[in-house]
Amino acid sequence: MVEQNGKDNLVVIIGAPDADSAELYAETVTHGDPTWAGPLAGVALELPVFHIMEPEIMAQIDPAIRKEHLSIMEIALDVEKIAQGLNRVRKQKP
Amino acid sequence: MELKGKKVIILGERDGIQGQAIAECVKSAGAEPLLVQTQCFV
Repeated sequence: MVEQNGKDNLVVIIGAPDADSAELYAETVTHGDPTWAGPLAGVALELPVFHIMEPEIMAQIDPAIRKEHLSIMEIALDVEKIAQGLNRVRKQKP
Repeated sequence: MELKGKKVIILGERDGIQGQAIAECVKSAGAEPLLVQTQCFV
């Protein structure tokens, strides 16, 4: 998909339920699969990755759609912890 | 990161936010979902 579309206009948005799994997704699409188990082992795609609940993404979503799809999980998820994990991955050098 | 005009790979999760819900959200922000998946680890 990256080969077909290029990296420039591509973003990964994840909906993981906790910080650990969010960080694992993020690590995989930026620096490559850290477990070396899947096809992205050793493949650093360096794609920008965000969780749908991060404030800078939430601010861009239509409020009615946001309420319909995200309001319940907004209460349940630890967004701050998820964002901390993703920031850690985004700051890492490959 | 502005989503408007971007192509988006969506990796949803059944126990978190499902892919289709994320797709509706990013479409409302002016982005185009390129791949929509919902992972399930049960």
